[in-house]
Formats: sequence, C-alpha cells, structure tokens
Amino acid sequence: MRTPVFILLQIAVATALYFILRAADNDYLFFLGYTVLEFIVLATAWNILGGYCGYVNFGSAGFFAIGAYTSVFFYTVGQSLEDLFPENLVGPLQSVFPLPVPVLVVIGGIVAGLVGLGTGYLTLRLRGVFFAIATLALSVVLQTFVLNWSFVGGSRGAYIIPPDKVPIFGPYIQYLFVLMLALVILSLTCARLIERSRLGYGFATIRDDELAAEACGVPTLRLKLIATTLSGALMGMAGAPLPFYIGYVEPGSAFDLSYAVNSIAMPMIGGTTSWAGPMIGAVLLGTLQQIATVTISSAVNLLIVGLLLIGFVIVAPSGIIGLWQGWMRRRKEA
Amino acid sequence: MELNLLLNAVIAGLLLGGFYAAVTAGISISFGMLDIVNIGHPAFILLGSYIAYVVNVNLGVDPIVVSIIVLPAFYFLGAFIYQIYYVSFEKRGQESLRGLAFFFGVLFVTEVCLLLIFGVDYRSVNATYIGPSLSFAHMEFPLRLLVPCFVSLIMFAALQIFLARTFIGRAVMAVSQDPTALRLMAVDPTRIKRIAFGISIATASMAGAFLIIIQPVIPSVGRDYIGRIFAICVLGGLGSLPGTLIAALLLGVIESITSVFYGPSWAPAVSFGILLLTLAVKPSGLLGR
Repeated sequence: MRTPVFILLQIAVATALYFILRAADNDYLFFLGYTVLEFIVLATAWNILGGYCGYVNFGSAGFFAIGAYTSVFFYTVGQSLEDLFPENLVGPLQSVFPLPVPVLVVIGGIVAGLVGLGTGYLTLRLRGVFFAIATLALSVVLQTFVLNWSFVGGSRGAYIIPPDKVPIFGPYIQYLFVLMLALVILSLTCARLIERSRLGYGFATIRDDELAAEACGVPTLRLKLIATTLSGALMGMAGAPLPFYIGYVEPGSAFDLSYAVNSIAMPMIGGTTSWAGPMIGAVLLGTLQQIATVTISSAVNLLIVGLLLIGFVIVAPSGIIGLWQGWMRRRKEA
Repeated sequence: MELNLLLNAVIAGLLLGGFYAAVTAGISISFGMLDIVNIGHPAFILLGSYIAYVVNVNLGVDPIVVSIIVLPAFYFLGAFIYQIYYVSFEKRGQESLRGLAFFFGVLFVTEVCLLLIFGVDYRSVNATYIGPSLSFAHMEFPLRLLVPCFVSLIMFAALQIFLARTFIGRAVMAVSQDPTALRLMAVDPTRIKRIAFGISIATASMAGAFLIIIQPVIPSVGRDYIGRIFAICVLGGLGSLPGTLIAALLLGVIESITSVFYGPSWAPAVSFGILLLTLAVKPSGLLGR
C-alpha cells in the first residue's frame, strides 16, 4: 500500500469513527475514545524508540507531562498578560492569546522533542539498562521541577477552563477528539514510513547490534537522535491537550506512572515490530481499562495492565502480531 | 546556629545513609553482581514494610524482629521469581528488554495490590524507639534513624563477610563474569544465581521494616526509591558492597542537607540528579569493577 493511500484510508476510518460516535449522541463515548486515542499516540511514540531501536524509555510520563505543562504555561501566560508584559505589548498579544489548542500541540511537541534530543545524547554513554534508568530519573527530575514551579501551579495544580462549545464541532470534547484523531493519523503514518525506509533498517541494526552497525558505517548517533526526538515530540503532542481535557492538572496526575506502564505494555502486548502492534495493543488495553474503570474500579484496571504485561512478556514475547503470524504460518504448513 | 543546623543535617544524613545502604544492598547484588535489572526491588521493600505493619499492629511484635522472622519467606519468594525469570528470559537470551518490562510489571502489580488491600492512607508502626532521641553536645541522634542504621550496618557487614569469605559468596561474585569457569568448578551457575537473587530479595524484608520505622508508608512511596537505589548502586560502582555503603552515606548526607536548606520537596531530584551526573561523567562509579 502506498503512503498516500494509507493516509486516505486512515482519514476514511477516522471520519467514519467520528460520525458513528456522533450518531450515538453520547459525549461520554468521546471522553472514552479520547483516552484510547491518546494511548495509541503514546504507544506508537514509545515504539519508535523502544520497538525499532531497542532503547527502553521508562520516562514516557515525563515527555507526556512536558506537553501538558507547556499548555498550562502558555494558558497561564495568556491569563496574566497585563502583569507580565509592558502596556504597549498587551494589546497585540491579546489578539494572539489564548493560543488555540492545535498551536499548543505543536509547541508542546517542539519542547518535548528538544528534551528528547537531549536524551538522545545520553545514549552516547548509556546503553541498554542504563538508558532506561536514566529516562526514569529524567521523569522524576522534571516532576520535582514542576512541583516547585509555582507559575504553573506547583503542587497545588492548575485549573484550566476550556470553552464550552466550539463552532462546527459543537461540544468541546468532540473538538479534542478530532484533534487526537489527527495526531493518531500523524503518528501511525510516521511509524509506517519509518518502518519502510532506510531509517527503519538503520534502527533495526541498532536494535540488533549497535557495535556492528557502527562498524559497518551506520550513523548510529544521528539515527538515535532522530528516534529520541521524534518519539519525545509525539509524546509531548499527545500530552498537550490534556489540561483542556481534564480541566485541572497537578504533577501527580500528569506524571502518573500509569502512562509509562501503559506506553510500554501496549506495544509489548500488541507486538513491537510493526506500526500495527502498538495500535492493536492500545485499542485492546485502552478499551479494556475503560470498561474495568467503569464496572470495577480504577485500581483494578491498572492491575489488569500489569498482569497482562507480565503475562505477555513471558508467554508471547512477540505480542498479538507474533501470535497471529505464528498461527498463519502453521495454517500454511498444514 | 547555622553550623549547628549543618552538623545535625549531616548526622541525620549519615543515619539515613545507613538505611539507604540496606535498601540498596539487594540491588547491589542482583543488578551489580548478577546483571539482573530488578527494577521491581522497591516493591518488595514495600511488601516487607506492610508485613511488618500488619504483624506489628495486630500482635505488637517489633518490626525488625518481624522482618528477620520472614527472611526465609522472602528468600524463597526471590528464588521463585528468579526461576520464572530464568525460564522465560535468560534461557531464551531475551533478558534485556523483556526482562526489564517484566520487572516493571512486577513493580506495578505489587504496588496496585498493596493499594487495593491497604488503600492510600499512610501506615506506621509502633516501637519504643520511635520518638525519643539521644542528645550529645547539641547533636541530635533520633533513635528512629539510629536503630535502623545500626541494624542495617550489621546486615551489611554480614553480607560482605558472606560474599568475601564463603565459597558460595565468591561464586556469586564470579557468576556473571565467568559462568563457564564456575561450571568447571562443579558449580551450577543457575543455582548460584537463584541463591543470590533469593538473598537480594531477602534483604528487602529488612529494608522494608526500616522504611516503615523511619517514615509512614503508602504504596506509591516505592517509586521514589527506584531512583535512589539505582543512583547509589551506580555511584558506588556496580557489584561493590563497600562502594555501595560509601555512596549511600554520601547520598544520605547530600539529601539531608538539601532538604534542610532548600526544602524537602527538592530532595527526590537530588538522587536522580546524582544518578544522571554519574552516568554521564563516570559510569563506572566510585569503586566499580
């Protein structure tokens, strides 16, 4: 399938999904759908670094929160223009602020991408486990920083009042939902493009044997920098609309470990070798969690994620995609 | 006055460092000597805390005594987990990425289970030494810190003697470096690793008791310790228990000074900052192999 066809197909599916949900006429479905879509973006972003290059990132929550807090920062700036800028600047700035959410998504992506670039340089010295621990450390350092930064709410958290309605889309959540759909299309297209390009093969050589790749003239550092930047940027973009989605952000919820666990568990369960794996994992696990949250409790849904993660890495290391491929192969032989 | 404050911060830091040494001992063995990245170690420490809590509240037994009684149970739990790890990952040669995800899952599942059973309330234990402190020439020695530190140093010394003097201990130190040589000595590397991992989890039982003596505990507190223990382990140098002890004391002092002079909310960043710095500047640590 050619890439333009793939994109068109995604847009068709996305449009169909939107109108089906709209026909159901229940805003709760949009809230639920938003969470699942958010996890597709996170899982796909994690997989670009973790699945393709083999560098485990435990700090997904950190990148996600960078996106969220970038939004909070610019929202707060927009709220207090008079206090922050000289009088002659307030007028022109008022026409720009408050920044629309898509712009915030782009900014969040850039900031998180820059931090991702920084972690990319860490891979120079840190291979394997050490990189994983360093990303976890990075996430905690960022959380402490935000916790002590009162401008974005500190430990008290920040309130964000999203507008009630948006033209064309109607309720605000539908607008956010469509935005997230666009991000899903973007991230899946990125992942699929990488998989089929020289970049993807380069990533695979890093995953299999970085030293050998380096010796064969693969520009490993440049490739790793691309992977960390892209992965970080996508995670930041996924996090940027969060404040508008929940209306109240505090460090504990933005840096929640469940984001990190989910973004690892979903690709692992779906399968890490192709773009479809994280998506399948995110849709299955995301939906399952939402159902468990509503019918049982939110603590139990995290338990399910953890148990599934452990179960899959032990029993089916290649995930659902691997199981499917194995099944197809056996059927062909029979 | 300022000097007095500094002095007391240093003392509290050293006592805290003794406790950190106990917390890190397990990781120093599993990560430093066996190359098993047990990122779920803090979860076992918390398990130890809650066991000490339950027994202490219901039967009034001293938490440290409880932790010593349940040592064998923790040892077998560790041996069991290693067996799963060995069969599912090490044997297949997939330990790096999937093994890491496995332990991350274990951490998360244990935390959620504790959360479901005990809720999000802070839990603490009762013991005679919680509360009073010894004073000596303007210096304060809170018994709540002094007792865990003292027991922890004893445990640490016992571990070091075991590793350096006994045959099994030496085999543990050798196992990740040259399993083939061990086989030639008629030792089964898997068995040695199982024993060592069992011991590493067993230390978590005692560390857990120390933790709940020092501070009230909630299930999510384990996460703060992930960074701390890996920071100490890496700073001390992988596989070196004396290095671990020095690094633990150092980190305790730095953290204590930070929280006295800049506020406790900055303390978690210290350990992670040190970790990042060590990894970036001198990955082999202070006394690395």
